[in-house]
Amino acid sequence: MLQTGQLIRDLTVRELVTLFASLYPRPLPVEEALRLAGLESFAEQRTQKLSGGEAQRARFALALVTDPELLVLDEPTVAMDVESRHAFWSAMRECASRGKTVLFATHYLDEADANADRIVVMAHGRVVVDGPPTAVKARVGTRTIRATLPGVEEAELEALPGVRSVTRHGDSVALVCADSDGALRALLAAYPPARDVEVAGAGLEEAFLELTRSS
Amino acid sequence: MSGLVYTRFELRRTFRNRRFLFFSLGFPIALYFLIAGPNRGDRDFGGSGLAAPLYYMVALAGFGTMMGMVSTGARIAGERQLGWTRQLRVTPLPAAAYLRAKIATAYALAGASVGALYLAGAALGVSIPPGRWLEMTALIAVALLPFAALGIFLGHLLNVDSIGPATGGTVTLLAFVGGTWFPVTGGVLHAIGQFVPSYWLVRAAHVALGGGAWGGEGWAVVGGWTAVLSAAARWSYRRDTARQ
Repeated sequence: MLQTGQLIRDLTVRELVTLFASLYPRPLPVEEALRLAGLESFAEQRTQKLSGGEAQRARFALALVTDPELLVLDEPTVAMDVESRHAFWSAMRECASRGKTVLFATHYLDEADANADRIVVMAHGRVVVDGPPTAVKARVGTRTIRATLPGVEEAELEALPGVRSVTRHGDSVALVCADSDGALRALLAAYPPARDVEVAGAGLEEAFLELTRSS
Repeated sequence: MSGLVYTRFELRRTFRNRRFLFFSLGFPIALYFLIAGPNRGDRDFGGSGLAAPLYYMVALAGFGTMMGMVSTGARIAGERQLGWTRQLRVTPLPAAAYLRAKIATAYALAGASVGALYLAGAALGVSIPPGRWLEMTALIAVALLPFAALGIFLGHLLNVDSIGPATGGTVTLLAFVGGTWFPVTGGVLHAIGQFVPSYWLVRAAHVALGGGAWGGEGWAVVGGWTAVLSAAARWSYRRDTARQ
């Protein structure tokens, strides 16, 4: 499935999928490919009348109907709206549950986090991490404490034990911590007015930035 | 046979494109009535030995189908730009099957165009024995081979912007030299004309007079151009696909 490349005009979505099915020895039934791609309601639509997201789903149906053992997807959800994206990933999971391998490249790390069993992060042409999303995030080893705390200088907070860096947006502060437990105790002891306290693990996006920067 | 299904859908697409059909089929018909209509009483048109309605029926059928064959190139160029040919290249569809589908479609369109011109000719009083109609049609089909190759050659050589002027110019020039607009019976034009395939396309009308319309010379010219342009088409196709 290619990220670019438009569809030829003057065929309906169903005809285009049928055409593709005819090129392969053991295709999926056309109806099933249409259903998996969430295209039932567009099946009779001419390809030139599809929106960007619908066209992307049609390309996805073309990939599915060939019933491959390995699906290679290059930024598959780029032009998709929320609904298409949702349909797309549930179809992908269905594919995977049938024993197919799905390999995709993406810039939307929350998608990788939510859908991938295994993530490979590359930086400057080298693999820096290879493992499940939890392992990738754990590699970063930092947690972030967020709290509402007016009137305290960033420098003072950075001096707390276990804190690596501090950012402030209005009254709320975010402390990136190597040792969040120690930092939290110290924060509450030193600044009792701190409220709305949250502690969160690093997101995949932060992990990605951290990993690609340090390599 | 994957190629057959592809051809079927290619035909369906082409005949669904109403604007494309309208201009491809409509222009030669309109030109026919405009040019042959006023001269319909002329029994020996421009020294060709043929009645004007018959002469122009074949000349414009030739023009329309030449245009149609070469416009296959424009469709290929368009599909290259869309990225469709690239998409197809990751499928098991053999490249030859893609080109076969294109040529088959171009011939189907040519068939429709020739049929429409025959009807228009009959309306202006053209009447020849059924066997001669068939022979004439067969000669037209053979004379279109070099143009099919030319379409593929240009389609893989040029981009969407330049292919319109290139095919339009080429066909207009070949039509002029080949005698589409008026019989080429002598002089420099005739000397040049005999060496272009469009001349022999128009000559297919001479079937109506009985005997061979072409002779060895016609077959040699059409065969030679088919060979040369097929080689050129293969070259531009390879060059284009190697680059991607």
